[in-house]
Amino acid sequence: MNDPNNQPAPLTIDDVRHVAKLARLAVPQERLAALQHDLQAILGHIAQLQSVNTDGLEPMAHPLTLTNRLGDDVPQPSMPIADLLRNAPAVQGDFLAVPKVLGGESS
Amino acid sequence: MNIDLVQVRDDIRTRKTTARATVDQTLARIARSNSQLNAYHEVFDDQARADADRIDLDIAAGKSVGVLAGVPIAIKDNIVTRIGHTTCSSRILENYRSPFDATVINRLTQAGAIIVGKTNLDEFAMGSSCEKCAWGVVRNPWDINRVPGGSSGGSAVAVAANLCAAALGSDTGGSIRQPAALCGVVGFKPTYGRISRYGLVAFGSSLDQIGPITHSVRDAALLYQCMAGDDPHDSTCAPRAVEDVVTTLEETPRAFRVGLPVQYRKGNSPSVDAAVARAVEFFKAMGATIVDVDLPLTDVGISTYYVIAPAEASSNLARFDGIRYGHRTKSNAAKDLFDLYAQSRAEGFGPEVQRRIMLGTYVLSAGYYDAYYRRALQIRRLIKQEFDTAFAKCDVILGPTSPTAAFSIGGMTDPLAMYMCDVYTVNTNIAGICGISLPAGFDETSQMPLPVGIQLQAQAFAEPMLLKVARAYERVQGGRKYPTA
Repeated sequence: MNDPNNQPAPLTIDDVRHVAKLARLAVPQERLAALQHDLQAILGHIAQLQSVNTDGLEPMAHPLTLTNRLGDDVPQPSMPIADLLRNAPAVQGDFLAVPKVLGGESS
Repeated sequence: MNIDLVQVRDDIRTRKTTARATVDQTLARIARSNSQLNAYHEVFDDQARADADRIDLDIAAGKSVGVLAGVPIAIKDNIVTRIGHTTCSSRILENYRSPFDATVINRLTQAGAIIVGKTNLDEFAMGSSCEKCAWGVVRNPWDINRVPGGSSGGSAVAVAANLCAAALGSDTGGSIRQPAALCGVVGFKPTYGRISRYGLVAFGSSLDQIGPITHSVRDAALLYQCMAGDDPHDSTCAPRAVEDVVTTLEETPRAFRVGLPVQYRKGNSPSVDAAVARAVEFFKAMGATIVDVDLPLTDVGISTYYVIAPAEASSNLARFDGIRYGHRTKSNAAKDLFDLYAQSRAEGFGPEVQRRIMLGTYVLSAGYYDAYYRRALQIRRLIKQEFDTAFAKCDVILGPTSPTAAFSIGGMTDPLAMYMCDVYTVNTNIAGICGISLPAGFDETSQMPLPVGIQLQAQAFAEPMLLKVARAYERVQGGRKYPTA
């Protein structure tokens, strides 16, 4: 089924590293090659999508055509803070504890 | 008729047995075989016995009880319950306890059902074999060296080995129907939006649907009826009335047309083709008209699915960040927020989940979105149109649920080959229609007889007709058999 002309450009180790960063996954150096191989194989199969004529077709994001279902604007009791914090890995008082935030996301 | 949920329910209600005795027998069977089969991750012995005693008191006092009073039900561990844990068979949620019950849990327990335990799955419902479960592989009761299918394998095994009266699963691309087929039980995926997803841990939000795995079609109809209907907590739940499928179930279906897609006839094992051929003869004998239908995009479904489902999963699973709940890395190397996210997620998610998050992130990333994600959504519309055309010629589409019977544990190592197991089931979810897998005989070519299933698919919201046709088939076919192990 796959048309060889539709094969995607080879995925490099740098591509895999970049996607892992976007996905917030710390992939160890030694696993990058295996992941590259698996993703390349799957993308190679998925390339068959390029052989289907999709001209003029509206993308279908969802099986139901519902739009903007509005709920009644009535206050409901919130979940107790203790219930919500019960699963938190680190807590200080009534707050979730995290490492420093400023300067972190850019790394 | 074999013992099914409806039979158990009736026996409790007419005091031929008690809820307590039923629960005790179920717990005893679990204690005997779960260490081998690994269907359950967690069993709620004490609470189940207490619930049963309460129901027995109500019945003895002549109080009116719900339609599921006293029946022990197993819940796939990606459906949240206040009782016990909800782990999705993932280390990232190993210690997670939900502060609320899913809508389906509320509806079942209000009808008197007893939640007996949580069943194992492929991590986050991503798999077709239950080998990718953080709590060990789940084994098929027909041959413990074979997989039960997945991802709702624990639920299918619990029903097949009679470790519950019925179970809930979830189906994103075949995860109810394929394990039901491989374990020889009934698996029903309703139309998208028929049953609330509130409290189902999201995988592919436009594909996911909760449904029952049962001993019989009448059990599936009853559980469906208890769970279906709009829910203010799920804005994607269909706001339309639910027809009574229980009282009409035994009616002989009016003249109906069975569609056979030519694309469903290649690459199946002979036992699977034979099961479909037998079903065709049954339906002919009932007076059904058999018509050929054309679904040329059957093969393309897997590729479409492996763009849409990972894309939605990569977004849904972003919530597991080690901050509010779930695993947080203990590593001192996590100096800032980015490291904390990335390290916690890498430690908590298994390899298949990471692979799909990576794939989903890739197909949504700058430069690839149009070529993959947008194109897959366009093909999704084509697949839907193809079904619409087919259903203009027929009422149900008949075919295999899975191309083969259960394969050996460890026997399928290539991820892509595993994905192909779902070739007949993914398009049901892509189009948002309904489908049911029914026990249909056995593959006798291996050492132990292995169940095979057939699938009936019907147009969106055609559950009343689909269930009636399925029940008519079950009456002729004779229903499920039990493994001897």
